[in-house]
Amino acid sequence: MTIWPEEAIVRHRGETEFDFDTVDMTVNVGPQHPATHGVFRMLLTVDGEVVVDCEPYIGYLHRGLEKLSENADYRQAMGWWDRTDYLAGLNCEGAWCMAVEKLAGIEVPERAEYIRVIMMELSRINSHFMFFGAFGADVGSFGTSFTYAWRERERIYDLFEEVAGDRMFPTYFRIGGVTMDLPENFEARCRWLLGSIRQGLEDLDGLLTGNEVFVERCRGLSPVTPEQAINWGLTGPLLRATGIPWDIRKVEPYSIYDRLKFEIPVGTQGDVFDRWMVRLAEAYQSTKIIEQCLDEMPKKGLVLNPNLPKTLRIDSGEVYFRTEGTKGEYSVYLMARGGNKPYRAKLRSPSFCNLSALREMVIGNYVADAIIILGSLDIVLGEVDK
Amino acid sequence: MTELQFGEPWFGIPWLDAVLRILIVVGVMTFTVIYLTYGERKVVARFQMRLGPMRTGPYGIFQGIADALKLLVKEDVRPRAADRWVFEFAPYATFIPVFLVLLVLPFARDWGVRNLSLGLFYVFAILGLNIVGILMAGLGSGNKYALLGGVRAAAQMISYEIPLVVSLLAVAMVAGTLDLNQIALNQADRPYVLLQPLAFVIFFTAMLSELHRAPFDIPVAESEIVGGYFVEYSGIRWSMFQLAEYASLWAFSIFGSVVFLGGWAFPMGDTWPWPWQLFLTFVKSLGFILVVMWVRATMPRLRIDQLMNFCWKVLIEVSFALLIVNGLFLYYGWPHELLALVNWAGAIALLAFIGARGARKARVSQYVGLYRREGVTAP
Repeated sequence: MTIWPEEAIVRHRGETEFDFDTVDMTVNVGPQHPATHGVFRMLLTVDGEVVVDCEPYIGYLHRGLEKLSENADYRQAMGWWDRTDYLAGLNCEGAWCMAVEKLAGIEVPERAEYIRVIMMELSRINSHFMFFGAFGADVGSFGTSFTYAWRERERIYDLFEEVAGDRMFPTYFRIGGVTMDLPENFEARCRWLLGSIRQGLEDLDGLLTGNEVFVERCRGLSPVTPEQAINWGLTGPLLRATGIPWDIRKVEPYSIYDRLKFEIPVGTQGDVFDRWMVRLAEAYQSTKIIEQCLDEMPKKGLVLNPNLPKTLRIDSGEVYFRTEGTKGEYSVYLMARGGNKPYRAKLRSPSFCNLSALREMVIGNYVADAIIILGSLDIVLGEVDK
Repeated sequence: MTELQFGEPWFGIPWLDAVLRILIVVGVMTFTVIYLTYGERKVVARFQMRLGPMRTGPYGIFQGIADALKLLVKEDVRPRAADRWVFEFAPYATFIPVFLVLLVLPFARDWGVRNLSLGLFYVFAILGLNIVGILMAGLGSGNKYALLGGVRAAAQMISYEIPLVVSLLAVAMVAGTLDLNQIALNQADRPYVLLQPLAFVIFFTAMLSELHRAPFDIPVAESEIVGGYFVEYSGIRWSMFQLAEYASLWAFSIFGSVVFLGGWAFPMGDTWPWPWQLFLTFVKSLGFILVVMWVRATMPRLRIDQLMNFCWKVLIEVSFALLIVNGLFLYYGWPHELLALVNWAGAIALLAFIGARGARKARVSQYVGLYRREGVTAP
């Protein structure tokens, strides 16, 4: 029994810069592979250690989110949207809520807006910390970055549990506000958490950013020009790493982001190292946003619009609502044609669009770098497969 | 120069003496390996803000034994695509050379299985055999990850053998002998790490590479090729690979502590009794092991081409320069203090060179864009 069927062999004769004949080998990476961050599979064709071709296969986690949402009440469907970007569930349900509110013209109380922004930014930090940990493991630091990142994630989840009663999929938002008010000690705990997060960012920065091996591996790896990034439809940290300050929170502000002061960190090269740095800086900006919210938010008040209808029916209309998800532009398209269900629900998921550039980025690099490039895309398979 | 022997044979019977000594070494080695796995988990857990094993006995001290028992009774799976005899014999081919190295190491004065007058040379020769087993595992498993791992291991280990051997030769030149026991005794007043720090740095780097330890764990890269050459092994055969890995870590640590840190002899020579010497050997080798684990917990992994570049473009040149400098000093009888000074300068320069590379400006990797420019041909 041979592991290379004859028909799968591709021979190179003087095609590469090496003079001798080589035989291509296909290596299947995933769906059960430690570096694919979920159930993603890519078929690498390698010439020795160099990747000649890369064919991504997705769909292992397809749950039919859009169709499910079209068959559920506007309010019931929200729980499914948590499960798209499951590292930052609140951002996703926030996008759904805000889209429905815009479609139905529902007002959200002031305090609820601030609570939403705080929770969404905490989720963003949470998701970025997951990236720092997993990316460190991809580069090969044996889980130290993982546990460093996990400490802060654990604390953020503890806070979520206290606020919403659940850690990963809180389903805390409601159309027209949030489920319940914050617990009494929230502000003090949140400020303590922000200090802890900043310490965690510093620890991760000190562990990896200055490490010669890490810099050797990441710098100059798969550089993306701004033109390429726009043509491939990259959004989020990948786009900002190329030097384009494109952040929906600034460009097309939603919720209360127009009142908050924060900067958009951008890179210069668009390489893997810049993607890492952009995310580090972004997580820090998120802590600043949360701090402002804590300062400015009304201390008392309603958190749920009291004038909501018993059943939410929307006659007709459509909306395309863009938000800045943790991985990029997370947008919801909704079309209503009467009744309590959307006629059409559509998700523009950033991971899916970012992943489509994988082949272009990976080809010509080493196998070890292919893993790092995949890690630097920071995909979440719940979002890719919907 | 005094003639060092490993004492009279026990019970006056040479073959019985040899068998008993080997049994003791095997027993101690197995015990040490079991507790090295436990120790590594504890040490790395400490670096990672975890507790590590805590459930099996107080502070989890029986975890290693429990793991060993589990591995013994686990099913031994052989894939259909595997080459039967190559696959089954590979773990032993990996393990036996490591064990053979242990036979000549002096744990204390007159403590060891056999003292060879060419001990250092014997260690070089035997260590090279390790590659055979790993290559057998990589080729015989019928798995592409294993193949990649095996080929990576072969390339890496053969390359790093050269700086390793040359750096040890530099020490042997200064010591004037290849007898490990004698090398240790020569360092009774000052260890060779003070005299030959550059050789020590090269030795330590090459040692990490030979052991497949971070940042050189490319053949077993878990996030890329999922364990590399032993990906298809399970049960007792997999544990043979683990045994070989940790036993070679231990053997290298003792070897390094004998050659560079003075082994059993450094602070007190042979004036103090054997328990003290044994204690010294173990403390020094544990220091080595601790540093290896520390590096593993904090360093990411290099890429294969960076690894080979570092070996062939830096380490080999530096180690040969070291050999030549040592030769000049010894031939003309220049003072050892000056030699130590030159060596320290070299060691600091090498470390500074490594550090400075991290601060270089961005450069596009050699292969990026090559295929893209020429147009990708999908198979």
